[in-house]
Formats: sequence, structure tokens, C-alpha cells
Amino acid sequence: MGGPEQRRVLPGFRWTLTFTLLYLGAIVLIPLSALFFKTATLSWGEFTAAVASPRALASYRLTFGASLIGALVNVVFGSIVAWVLVRYRFPGRRVVDALVDLPFALPTAVSGIALCAVYSKNGWIGQYLEPLGIQAAFSRLGVTIALTFIGLPFVVRTLQPALLELEPELEEAAATLGASRFDTLRRVILPALLPALLTGFALAFARALGEYGSVIFISSNKPLETEISSLLIVTKLEQYDYAGATAIAVVLLAGSFAVLLCINLAQRWASSLQAARS
Amino acid sequence: MGRRTLGEPGWMRALLIALTLGFLGLFLLVPLAAVFAEALRKGFGAYMASFDDPAALAAIRLTLTAAAIAVPANVIFGLAASWAIARFEFRGKSLLITLIDLPFAVSPVIAGLVYVLLFGLQGWCGAWLAAHDLQVIFAVPGIVLATIFVTFPFVARELIPLMQEQGAEEELAALTLGASGWQVFRRVTLPKVRWALFYGVILCNARALGEFGAVSVVSGHIRGRTNTVPLHIEILYNEYNFVAAFAVASLLALLALVTIVAKALVEHAARRRGALA
Repeated sequence: MGGPEQRRVLPGFRWTLTFTLLYLGAIVLIPLSALFFKTATLSWGEFTAAVASPRALASYRLTFGASLIGALVNVVFGSIVAWVLVRYRFPGRRVVDALVDLPFALPTAVSGIALCAVYSKNGWIGQYLEPLGIQAAFSRLGVTIALTFIGLPFVVRTLQPALLELEPELEEAAATLGASRFDTLRRVILPALLPALLTGFALAFARALGEYGSVIFISSNKPLETEISSLLIVTKLEQYDYAGATAIAVVLLAGSFAVLLCINLAQRWASSLQAARS
Repeated sequence: MGRRTLGEPGWMRALLIALTLGFLGLFLLVPLAAVFAEALRKGFGAYMASFDDPAALAAIRLTLTAAAIAVPANVIFGLAASWAIARFEFRGKSLLITLIDLPFAVSPVIAGLVYVLLFGLQGWCGAWLAAHDLQVIFAVPGIVLATIFVTFPFVARELIPLMQEQGAEEELAALTLGASGWQVFRRVTLPKVRWALFYGVILCNARALGEFGAVSVVSGHIRGRTNTVPLHIEILYNEYNFVAAFAVASLLALLALVTIVAKALVEHAARRRGALA
């Protein structure tokens, strides 16, 4: 693709690239750089005071903890859902497949009030949890439920193409060599799916870290207890504490970038491992 | 597809299918159904009365306006970016592709925050804007900008891989036959990427109509003026006006269902033609 003569023949390179760079700069890069310039106006003491206050630390713990649990739950259930949708044929499969996109397509505010209605103590599901002593809405569990809800499509949609590409010959070979179905799953299928699993996990995790709309309704939003970092940013903004809001935003953003970077590295490691095996 | 000779035993399949249906039903369908049930709790009359509210209508108008600007803007960007990236070689290309995806890694609240830092009263351009009597934050331009930011990559990321895969042979042939650059784009490239473009537009539009966090930060929540539909839902809900909140939410839920069906149809059509990356 793109031989040297092609560049000369096809028109429009200069202006499409110029437009792309200008638009990207104006909409994304310059605004994001404002975040770092604003942080740079803070002294080190001011920065650490904003970033490491007990309230901020509690919000990171909840945000990262609940996102992690949500992403792990999604890896387990998302794998089952993706497996069933790719491997089995049953009536209504295409409807179920389309339904997986619901958390993505449903606006987060709608998800938020719907989840709150369902999991509150007289809600359709909450009423059965209440006698068990489980308070789902307005608790940390509620935050985790919302963050699990919004992350599900990322895991399923990443796994499906990977499952489709799995060669059945490998499984047949394993079975012929006497491996049990469980052994085949553990030694053949799981390693092949590992890169996709890691990507799906990371996407769900990163999405959950920044989530706001679906959480604020089902959470009681109490500082130190059920307040997520995104909400703390909004609260600080409403108090005109722009510097404090920005400092916490930098931490949250660094967190999402670190997750995506780690997964990029892990993915490379997994695919090199796979290449070494085959 | 022939019958699989190996695999899980029948009971295992049944169990996994039941688990999938149970999980998705409980986790996804029940909340969706709850939106409609709560909206209709006091009957159809109360449901319809929720829309007889100037603030709700103003919110719908603003949401549609923001999407009507954000979606075409990101379509033009997606087409330009994919033409430059997929048809030419230049240094820094993979960095450019990574940067285009960047808005997906940024929390919506932070997306709103950066525009406040730029255009707010204390912001970089705040004094200049105030001197010229222009308002971006707590006004419609800020809402449009925040919407463009959060929907930025959707079209481009569908088009770039597809156009890279398709290559430029047909475009080059058309040029040789004497077509102008614009004709090549309209008659050759556009039809080839049509399905991926639809797909990107569907996703972009869904997000634009439903965005909450980013828009919430820049809106200022002025009823009837800077409230989008999701923000209007929040206000109604916080006022304990649950029927109206869920009634307006049911509109967005219906739109989400339309989105899901449209997405599945486009996927199906495109897969048959091999026209989706």
C-alpha cells in the first residue's frame, strides 16, 4: 500500500492532513494541555494537599476498587456471554447479541436512574436483597453495580472476534491427544484468548474509572464513603476550586493512561508468548 | 456449519445458555423495563403530561442542536483524517492514530473541565471572551464543544482501518481514467466506505444525544436555556418528580433501542459485503 508514486498521484494529502491536525489540536490537544498548564501553576505543597487529602484518597480507593471489581466481574460473565453467543445456536441469539450493546447505547443518566430504581430497597431486585441484609442502592455495592453495568459491552465485543478466529483444529488436536475438555479450555483456548481478555478488561476498567452519570444516582455520594473521583472533581468545580479540581483530574487521567499502557505492554507480552508457543 | 463432534456436553451448553440469558435478563433487561414501568406508573395520561413542559421541549431542542452540529463535524473530520492516514505515508502516523483515540481515555467530567479551564471566566480566554461579550461556558457553544470532544473518535476509528485495508487501487484507476480528485472521492471512495460511515454515525449520534458528564460540567444547568435532555432528567429526578424524569428517560431509552437495532442491521449488511473493518 501507499507506494511512492501514489503520494504524487492521489490529491488532497496536504489539506486533509492540515485539517486533521488543526481539528485535533483545537478540540482535543489544546484543551487537554490546559489541564497540565493549570496544574503547573500550583506549588508542590498545594498540589499534594489537593491530591492527597483524605477525601481525595477515599475517592480514589472507591473509584479504582469498584472499577477493578466491575471489570473482573465483566471478564467472568463477559467470557461466558461471548462464548455462548459465538459457539452455540439457540432461538433469539441475534436479539441477545444486540442487547449486549444496551449499556453503551443507553445514556448514562438513564442507566443511573434505572439502576437506582431497580436496586433501591423497594425496587424489583432490591426488595429481595433487603431481607438478606444487603443494601445495594446508595452504597459502595451500588457504585460497583453501575460500573459493572457500563463495562460489559467492552469485554464481550472484544472477545467475540477473538473467539471467532480460534481454530477448531487446535481443540480437535487436543481432544485427539486425549486432553479432557477442561484441559483443552485451560491449556489451549484460554492462552489464545488472553490478549483479547486483557484488552477487554482494560477497556472496561478504563471506562469505569471515568464514569460519572450512571454512578451519581445509585450512589449516596457521601464524602469519604461513596463519593467517586469524578464527582469530587465536579464538586470542587462548583465551589470554584478550579486548581483542586484540576489536580484530581490529573490523577484520574494518569490512572486511566497507566491502565491502558500496562495493558498494551501485557498484550505484547501475551502475543509474543503465544508466538513462541506455536 | 456441520455438527461439532467435540465440545461441551449438552447439559453444559444448556447451563451456559441459561446463565447467559439469566445474567443479561437480570442485569440489562430489568433496568430497561424499569424505565418504562416507572414512567407509566401513574398511567398514560401522566406520562404524556410530562412532555407538556416548555423546559422539556427546550431540552429536546438543545440536545438535537448539539448532535446536529457534533455529528457532521466529526463526520467531516473522520473522512479527512482517514483519507490522509489511509491513502498516504508520512512520519508520525501511528502517533496521530493514537491521539485520535485519546478522547476515549478521558473521563467525560475531565472533558468538560478542560473547556472550563480554557473558556471559563478564570480561564485562558475568559477575559477576552468577556470583553467581547461572548459566552462559551454555561452556554450553548460549550455544550456543543463538549459533545464534539466525547464523540470525536467514533467516525474516524471506523473509517481508518477499513480504508487502510481496502487500499487505493480503484481510486488510482479512476484518476487514470480522467476523474477529478473530488469525483474520485464521491464516486469511488464514499460508496466503498458507506457502511462503516453509517456505523460510525450511529455510534457518534447515540453518544451525542446521551452525553451527561461532560455536558453537565459546562452547562450551568439553566432551565430552558442550557439544559440538555439528560440534564433535564437529572433535575426532574432530584426534584422527586419521578414520573416525569422516567417519562423523558423513556424517550432516550427508545432511542437507545433504535440505535441497537440500527447497529445490528448495519453490521449484518456490512458483514455480508465485507465492508466493515
